[in-house]
Amino acid sequence: MKYVIVGNSAAAIGAVEGIRKVDKDSPITLISDEPYHTYSRPLISYYLAGKVSQEKMYYRNEDFYQVNKVETILGVKAEGLDAAEKVVTLLNGQKVGYDKLLIATGGKPFVPPNLILQKSGMYSFIKLDDVKEIEKIAKSGSKTVIIGAGLIGLKAAEGLAKLGVDITVVELANRVLSAILDEEAAAFVQDNLEEHGIKFELNTTADKILGEDKVSGVVLQNGKELECDFLIVAIGVVPNTDLVKGSEVKLNRGIVVDEHMETNVPGVYAAGDVSEGYDTIYKQQRVLPILPNAYRQGENAGKNMAGAESVYAGGFAMNSIGFFDYPMITAGIIKPEGDEFESLVQSDPACKSYKKIVLRQDVIVGFIYLNKVDRAGIITGLISDQVNVSTFKQALLEDDFGYIDFPVEERKVRMLKGGRSA
Amino acid sequence: MKKVYAKEEYCLGCRLCEVHCIVAHSDYKNDIVKAFKKQEQRPLPRVIVEENRPVSFALQCRHCEDAPCTTACITGAMQKDPVTGVVTCEESRCVGCWTCILACPFGAIARNEQGKKVASKCDLCSELGDIPACVKNCPNAAMVFEER
Amino acid sequence: MINYSTPEFLIERDRNRCIDCKVCVRQCANEAHSFDEEEQKVVSHDEKCVACHRCVVMCPTHALTIKRFPLEFRQNSLWTGRTIKDIYMQAETGGILSTGMGNDKPYPIYWDHMLLNASQVTNPSIDPLREPMELKTFIGRKPDRLEFKDGKLATKLSTQLELDLPVIFSAMSYGSISLNAHKSLAKASQVEGTFWNTGEGGLHRDLYEYGPNTIVQVASGRFGVNPEYLNAGAAIEIKIGQGAKPGIGGHLPGEKVDWEVSKTRMIPEGTDAISPAPHHDIYSIEDLHQLIFSLKEATNYKKPVGVKIAAVHNVAAIASGIARAGADFITLDGFRGGTGSAPLRTRDSVGIPIELALAAVDTRLRNEGIRGSVSIISASSIRNSSDVVKAIALGADAVYIGTAALISLGCHVCQKCNTGKCNWGIATQNPNLTKRLNPEIGAQRAANLLLAWKREIKEMLGGMGINALESLRGNRLMLRGIGLSDRDLKILGINAAGE
Repeated sequence: MKYVIVGNSAAAIGAVEGIRKVDKDSPITLISDEPYHTYSRPLISYYLAGKVSQEKMYYRNEDFYQVNKVETILGVKAEGLDAAEKVVTLLNGQKVGYDKLLIATGGKPFVPPNLILQKSGMYSFIKLDDVKEIEKIAKSGSKTVIIGAGLIGLKAAEGLAKLGVDITVVELANRVLSAILDEEAAAFVQDNLEEHGIKFELNTTADKILGEDKVSGVVLQNGKELECDFLIVAIGVVPNTDLVKGSEVKLNRGIVVDEHMETNVPGVYAAGDVSEGYDTIYKQQRVLPILPNAYRQGENAGKNMAGAESVYAGGFAMNSIGFFDYPMITAGIIKPEGDEFESLVQSDPACKSYKKIVLRQDVIVGFIYLNKVDRAGIITGLISDQVNVSTFKQALLEDDFGYIDFPVEERKVRMLKGGRSA
Repeated sequence: MKKVYAKEEYCLGCRLCEVHCIVAHSDYKNDIVKAFKKQEQRPLPRVIVEENRPVSFALQCRHCEDAPCTTACITGAMQKDPVTGVVTCEESRCVGCWTCILACPFGAIARNEQGKKVASKCDLCSELGDIPACVKNCPNAAMVFEER
Repeated sequence: MINYSTPEFLIERDRNRCIDCKVCVRQCANEAHSFDEEEQKVVSHDEKCVACHRCVVMCPTHALTIKRFPLEFRQNSLWTGRTIKDIYMQAETGGILSTGMGNDKPYPIYWDHMLLNASQVTNPSIDPLREPMELKTFIGRKPDRLEFKDGKLATKLSTQLELDLPVIFSAMSYGSISLNAHKSLAKASQVEGTFWNTGEGGLHRDLYEYGPNTIVQVASGRFGVNPEYLNAGAAIEIKIGQGAKPGIGGHLPGEKVDWEVSKTRMIPEGTDAISPAPHHDIYSIEDLHQLIFSLKEATNYKKPVGVKIAAVHNVAAIASGIARAGADFITLDGFRGGTGSAPLRTRDSVGIPIELALAAVDTRLRNEGIRGSVSIISASSIRNSSDVVKAIALGADAVYIGTAALISLGCHVCQKCNTGKCNWGIATQNPNLTKRLNPEIGAQRAANLLLAWKREIKEMLGGMGINALESLRGNRLMLRGIGLSDRDLKILGINAAGE
């Protein structure tokens, strides 16, 4: 059985570990267009800020491929798939045959037409090579404009602020982190970022890039003109489906897979940011570009590829992030619309704390925790288990909310069982 | 795999488990006074005592067979030892992103922000080679260390 | 009005060892420790300390100790500090001084004035590790004569309680002590082959499984008494009096009557449970005779029915009457007996020492030729196995232990049982406190105490050259008095050491 995995991040590693749980010996070939040992993409902003070295970014130990008997082809892009012949063609002409294939190519930056990275000084902020370029040019006093105040844009801003760069962030929505925060929470976060010198232009986006060969500034849709030495496009990420273009693999926004992570083409699987997994809150297939979900999907794919039946139970959006030591944890639906939702909110500006829990018919479907993030996972667990919390709803927002607030029997079942099992 | 299970009927809420957990993870494993007074950065207790009188109990990492924290960890610092089954955080790789805290359904992971930010949680006292310090020192046998 | 009360105890905290972990703060039910948020330190309040030692035992660095509060009164043998403070208290409140546990006054302890024999040359001692030692004891009415027919016993024996050692857990009511304490004693009695007594608070549902080891008590308040209760135990004890407070009934403050206690006692929750002094249906020895037989009827004559009285003047005559009234055993409770709550003066001034009472009753019943018709169980002041051996030698069939049993569970005899704030989870119904007594651990400790005493009794018996307890029972020749007056020696029926 020959396993081939295209990709080298969370989903791919999850797949390797999933396969090896079942099949210890069959060869695995891993192909990645990046030349590096598997590393954690979320850490690139830490790298930029000088908080981690490249070695510390590795997602698994140095001997991971060796221990798991994985043959790697790094630094070469996989560009074509022949599902009938079961062959993946690489950019250098090499053809790699497979019995089972996993496409874990992740996401690529979304760049609108007017912001295509043609001029020098324009970057995206997705992979290690991006920050390696940026670090050459970013220095104390230089100016930058970041398009997009999402997770990526703000992490880039934080990293650059630590280097002393003058930063303005431009965002189309009325608030920062619009995908994961409501207006009130976003205001807390924006205040914190502004205290650290980051400037914002909300409710607008970039219209025109200024400069000949090298970017010198940007004109916003609201008419304002901003000077800059370099520009980062951080509007969003879309599934990197280039590999399957022209093949029979069914696409939606991402690659469509069933609960075994298999595509419509037998033997071809997809996992991670490139695929659409089952979202248990929205109750439909969606792209869930979150690292824990990617790993979980990859692991499931791997097990299924190796012949062990494994169902991906689904996931949902969840994030843990922080800026300048101000942490926040969010998950699920945070701006509910409709009568079936109920929101419990606790806002404490003196402590810079904001808590919001969103319920749908007494089942938690989302939450925001700013600053007081301890034990947030208990709420995450209540979301994934779809627990009816009507009997202890009033305790949810308390600082010391915990298992003591659960009904006795529920608590004993969970605590005395020995944890989560496969 | 042997794990720690609480018996809430017998928990006094005295929190001696917290004291001994701190000592067991300090540089002075046999000297409580030094562990508290001399140690520069006092370790966090890895056991959480929840209390709403008269009910109380101690809760710590369940070392889940399928640990959500290990799938959530962005650096690979959280790993389950394939032999002992103990889930540990390799602090040198941890960057304090708290994604494990987001994922742990027991809320068993704490934020250690005393120096470099790292996630702190129960390691079943694997270094001590004895039964976990909390179980050993509980004055009322409110915790047991057994296979279930 | 100025408050004259000063602390009784001093809490001494070694600041070098204290790590401000706050275990003492959390563990003291009297709130004698608290955490000062501003100073970020634990501080103590001596006036609240009752010397129960909970904090001392729980402190992980042994940073605490309790001392007598060093407030000196001018030396005065009559007007001691304690005596003076009692008056202050009454001047302030106009109330009856209440206390828990047993008489703590320096009256003579006769156990400590009696010495045991040992065998030497003529009658060799026995090694209990090599020879079997019989500690078995049977409580119940013994027949006057045995008749045999065809090589088999023809005499019908009345029901006996069979004990593996002559020690029984004394009557302590559910209400005065916690359910966990009852569970511990019940389980320990089962493990070591003896019995425990429910006291006057009834028998909790959860303890019916220990019925075969239970002696159920019928006291003047008749709490929890119904046919099911009577049949649940192995024997019934009618409580006429108790050594700690002869002449008055039991008193359980309303704070200690929670829902479980209320259900078991069959009284409303939160009401004081007051047992009247006399049984209001017993005003003569004939009435007692009638009650004994009503209880036997109710249990089909299958269970021994005994009577418990306090040791008072004329105890011998009372015991004789009770024996003739049909009791299968008589419990004698001396003035050192413990209690959950009693008026201080009654506890300290009423009743007589059990050693004298026991000797007097045993002698009297033997003289009247009716010693075999009842078993005598001696209660109060048994502290260790040598006290047990001496009691048997004076004539007891078995002994009850109350205070010693509670001490094995963790009691530190601070005498504050009546407040309901027992830090050891024993003399309280407060759920925060009762959980401190883990019945699994308690049962093990109480059982260990019995086992330890079993072993020691065997050692002492062996030393005397006796291999069966029956040979010691009432064998006054095994005792010698020391430092006793002629009168004492005469009442005890023993010779002086040297004789």
